[in-house]
Amino acid sequence: MYLLAIDWIFIIEKLVLIAAIVTLSMVVAMYATYGERKVAAFIQDRIGPNRAGPFGLLQPLADGGKLFFKEEIIPLASSKFLFILGPLLAMVTALLTSAVIPWGASMNIGNRTVPLQVADVNIGILYVFGVVSLGVYGIMLGGWASNNKFSLLAAIRGASQMVSYELAMGLSLIAVLMLTGSLQMSVIVGEQYNAVWNIAYQPIGFIIFFICALAETNRTPFDLPEAENELNFGYHQEYSSMKLGFYLFAEYINMFISGVIMATLYFGGYDIPFVNEASLAQHIGENWVALLTFLTLMVKALFFVFVFMWIRWTIPRFRFDQLMHLGWKRLIPLALLNMVITAVVILWLKK
Amino acid sequence: MSEPLTNRSKPVDRRPMNWVERLYLVNIFKGMAITLRHFFKKKATIKYPEETRPFSKVFRGLHILNRDEEGRERCTACGLCAVACPAEAITMEAAERQEGEEKLYREEKYAAKYEINMLRCIFCGYCEEACPKDAIYLSQTFTPANYQRKGFIYKKEDLLIPDPVTDPEGYQKALGTINREKEGV
Repeated sequence: MYLLAIDWIFIIEKLVLIAAIVTLSMVVAMYATYGERKVAAFIQDRIGPNRAGPFGLLQPLADGGKLFFKEEIIPLASSKFLFILGPLLAMVTALLTSAVIPWGASMNIGNRTVPLQVADVNIGILYVFGVVSLGVYGIMLGGWASNNKFSLLAAIRGASQMVSYELAMGLSLIAVLMLTGSLQMSVIVGEQYNAVWNIAYQPIGFIIFFICALAETNRTPFDLPEAENELNFGYHQEYSSMKLGFYLFAEYINMFISGVIMATLYFGGYDIPFVNEASLAQHIGENWVALLTFLTLMVKALFFVFVFMWIRWTIPRFRFDQLMHLGWKRLIPLALLNMVITAVVILWLKK
Repeated sequence: MSEPLTNRSKPVDRRPMNWVERLYLVNIFKGMAITLRHFFKKKATIKYPEETRPFSKVFRGLHILNRDEEGRERCTACGLCAVACPAEAITMEAAERQEGEEKLYREEKYAAKYEINMLRCIFCGYCEEACPKDAIYLSQTFTPANYQRKGFIYKKEDLLIPDPVTDPEGYQKALGTINREKEGV
């Protein structure tokens, strides 16, 4: 259907996909808060929320409703525009990353091949990095605009932490990029599809990436910007009502998205392990396979979300000098070494 | 150095960390194994309104004013409980049983007014020990919440046990695990 030389079905298809992915991220983030509380409770030999609905499943809705109905306070001394921009940026950047992720094998609807990916840009992973770096502005602006010493301190901590760990993250990623030879997310998954996953070639790279992902999403042991007992909740101390909710929400969306990215980069993306998808598609049809691959990716990503929570309730927080020491003196040299070794091995094998 | 108090004391290890320890990863995995074990452990939580913690048989909760097997009030307003009470939580007013009230009161004298201030009460159970008529007992329920102070002053109607003749189930429930032998029935 072409009208005014625009393929309208293409636009509708992408809009539906965007709506679905944003909803998915939101719902997963919502239930990640529930999951977090349950995991925390189980690790501490408790039961966790179980009052709202069966097994407490309506708890996230109740929490969200509560946050919406709370009083919205904007401190007099704050700079209002930036104060409102902070949580907005945090939320938007958290959601933006999902655009370039291949969520599953392509579907076949009415003779159209619909890839389960919003935008297959050829610099996919660079785009992810760009947006993730923007995420620091949410924290920076929020903490600075609050006009509160603790918030500002937390914002500065958060900014320096995220900038330092981005370096090691990028360096560990370069090894993966050398293996695949492309920045495009679909190609990175395609290389691992029905083949050996990148984790087999890059175990050290994965560990570095994972640690940096923890730091980038401000999760324990790297939750220094929040640091309840040091900084009074840090950069979102002056926030109330849903603005606070957005900050907390953005963290969980970031967690989910980084889980998805780790699954995509190192664990074969939507590849179902030990199953040949092409022959399976002949048996049960392409669309069902697409659904199964999507579910596989979800299982992988949610496993990482669980590991994030598991780590949070196991390991205490780093001191700030330890954080910087680990980032600059340990992870970056290690990532560089990993990169060089990978490069040498690749050149060696190609000879 | 003196003898350690227990056999569990452990000297602090101040040796510098070796290479594996400085990697942290091994110890982090150990810690994560510990938390994962706790993940599958039996939970300590008691889901309160549905489940209650079992009390000991001698638990001292809210008071009840007892009745005899015919449903007559046992209390004769002698005032021994009020005297025994270290917190001075009990007040009462006595009255004489009139003609035709024999079904209501066991003795010729009864408590027209009987109040316990649950905010003063320390649940020591001395009233129970002092009572010569087996009229007052501490039950298994404990003081519920209230919005006002006056709600904590329990009147005779609040304290009296349900009538065993008209409401035997309620009577048994209120009696709980109170030792029946002690009552002499």
